[in-house]
Amino acid sequence: MLNLGTDEMAKYPFLTEAGQYLKDKGFSLDQFGTDPDLKPILDKAYNRIEIATTGKIYRSEVTSLEDLDLEVFSFLLAVILLKLSGMNTLIRRFSLAEARRAEKYLEKDLADLSNKTKEELATRIIKELFSINVEKRENFFVIPISDYLKHAVNFHEREWKLINRQVEHGKVILSSHETVRLIRKELDNYIASKIRSTGTPSMLEALKKPVERLVSLGKKFSVPTVVSTEYPPCIKHAIEVLDKGENLPHSGRFLLATYLLGNGQNIEQIAPLFKNAPDYNEKITMYQLNHLKGSSGSGTEYKCPSCERVKSKDLCFATSDCDGIINPLQFKKKKTLNA
Amino acid sequence: MLEQDLQLVEVAFKKYYFDHFDLLLIPERSSEREFGYQKFNGGMNRHISIKSNEELRLMLITNIPSDVYCSNAYYSFPNLPMSEKDWKGADLIFDIDAKDLNLDCRQEHTCIKCISCDEVSALQSTCPSCKSTKIEIKSLTCKNCINGAKEEVVKLKKILEDDLDIKKEKIQVYFSGNEGFHVHVTDSPYQLLGSRERNELVDYIMFRGAMPETFGMKKYKPERSSFADINEKGWRGRASKHIFGSKSNRSKTISEIIKNSDGYSIVQHRLDSLKDIIGVKIDPNVTIDIHRIFRLPGSLNSKSGMSKVLCENIDKFNPFQDSCFIDDEKTNVLANCPTQFTLKNIKFGPYKNEKVTIPKYAAIYLICKGLANTTLIQN
Ligand SMILES: [Zn+2]
Ligand SMILES: [Zn+2]
Repeated sequence: MLNLGTDEMAKYPFLTEAGQYLKDKGFSLDQFGTDPDLKPILDKAYNRIEIATTGKIYRSEVTSLEDLDLEVFSFLLAVILLKLSGMNTLIRRFSLAEARRAEKYLEKDLADLSNKTKEELATRIIKELFSINVEKRENFFVIPISDYLKHAVNFHEREWKLINRQVEHGKVILSSHETVRLIRKELDNYIASKIRSTGTPSMLEALKKPVERLVSLGKKFSVPTVVSTEYPPCIKHAIEVLDKGENLPHSGRFLLATYLLGNGQNIEQIAPLFKNAPDYNEKITMYQLNHLKGSSGSGTEYKCPSCERVKSKDLCFATSDCDGIINPLQFKKKKTLNA
Repeated sequence: MLEQDLQLVEVAFKKYYFDHFDLLLIPERSSEREFGYQKFNGGMNRHISIKSNEELRLMLITNIPSDVYCSNAYYSFPNLPMSEKDWKGADLIFDIDAKDLNLDCRQEHTCIKCISCDEVSALQSTCPSCKSTKIEIKSLTCKNCINGAKEEVVKLKKILEDDLDIKKEKIQVYFSGNEGFHVHVTDSPYQLLGSRERNELVDYIMFRGAMPETFGMKKYKPERSSFADINEKGWRGRASKHIFGSKSNRSKTISEIIKNSDGYSIVQHRLDSLKDIIGVKIDPNVTIDIHRIFRLPGSLNSKSGMSKVLCENIDKFNPFQDSCFIDDEKTNVLANCPTQFTLKNIKFGPYKNEKVTIPKYAAIYLICKGLANTTLIQN
């Protein structure tokens, strides 16, 4: 893992191990609930989330070392509040805003000609978190074409197509802004998954109020989507993710497509579902659907994965209606039988 | 294929695999690849793993396949169903087919065969004899078309080496055995790319989706200094001459574009039409497919009876000589081929539904093309 100084942690607080950081600084979560001196941190944490929901980027004036600690604490506490609220829409908005914030620092650090350490840290974050080998060449950054493509395919804009890039000897040449822009989505996903994997602590009296406020804040942003009740919850979830324009992992797309194919829908009916995906490409979607259906080359028709497999990929959102089925495809049959 | 023709062709194919097994170039990491084959008049057999040359030889001699394939992908378990194979990467592959070049000569060596009455005639949409529209298009391999395809190979290789930084020795060019070339790239930094990423490489190579800004033309307030120069690397340099004209005209052309209020769309239009001129004509579907089984180097192509062979020197390569390995035993066939063709420096045809005695390689070529048969001959 990256070894960070306090100022670096303040810029990239998501890189810290939350529990360890608090312990190192001699704090426990309980103290935040009881110590009135720590109340401002709690307020700052709430504030950080609130700003994120407005789509703005949280910024602060950092002047002293204590301020730096405060920066990290407020981030960690914000994560705890979010976990306690259980509001996923807030987590998405928060991680996105934090990603944008980190992006600004990364860009500045990359371009910093006077400070080699800053540049190296930014380069290392990009390399270790997102497997992109960045190399500085004068005022530009060169990255291998294959690394570039893995990230650039997530963009719709023409300027990210390889043909519209300066390409030399297997490398793509980018500005510091473009280099960082390239990992925006992944940075967001990284922070979101880090928050998702953080354990939810037990509720403290002092946190109840801000958490309640978050819950009512979060409700404002939840948009109800209409989905056929005949679909099992895992499929509804996958459709919702795509509807929101969020990134559904490959395993989720596989599940959705094989389920709908198995359910008798044809490729023309299924393909539009993927239109909202951040990386939608009609030709590729058709190729992949045809491949799953077995109508292209391989001739193998892919089957909808079992509930067990769906669970192992964290894509299962079972409800009592799922009781007893072992494959999502059985859901509808069972419902009809019961009806 | 008719029974008696089938026998003749199968015997010839078997003999080829027996005598010329050394021509089969089994790709590296062969135990991680999926093999497949097709039999004459039969379906596709896939998901085969082959561990040694002996195993391959046995498969060829016992099954006498019409076509043999090998995956560009590497798998942990090549013989399991697709979903259980565990994909580990795939070679970059390119297919350049003369058919896609649409050269003018094409109609001179293309004819139709009626599915209803078997009549062979010049290229048209209905059978002149029975007016049926159920026709097959038959095309003979033509030297001019091969030269056109060679030019595309040269363009492709240049981009692979200069822009994508792929080492020369990692690029193998093969004649497909029929009307084009296959280019295989092994052990490159691109092995792990998925279909979407490969599609970006395809667009790059085919010069698709280029925007004026890339070549210096901005929508608002374009600046002369940002326009692409001929000496630049990649497409900026390569396309520059075609967009802005030769060195002597360049400055004037750029001034005109900048002055013109439609300058941006003029450049866009030029880029769109340029893709057919400077873009490399590869088959995009082949390159984006990361599970494809692709014709095995050294195997026979049942569309012609010629072999897919390595072209060490593409310039000098002559498919009508260098990929024709069936022997020259005198063979009687009833040939119906309206176009002349050359194999091993001998001119054949045109034949108008006539009984001829020709070397076996020419007979097999015509039978594979569906323009001759042995069945109706008594001898
Ligand atoms: Zn006819
Ligand atoms: Zn031709």
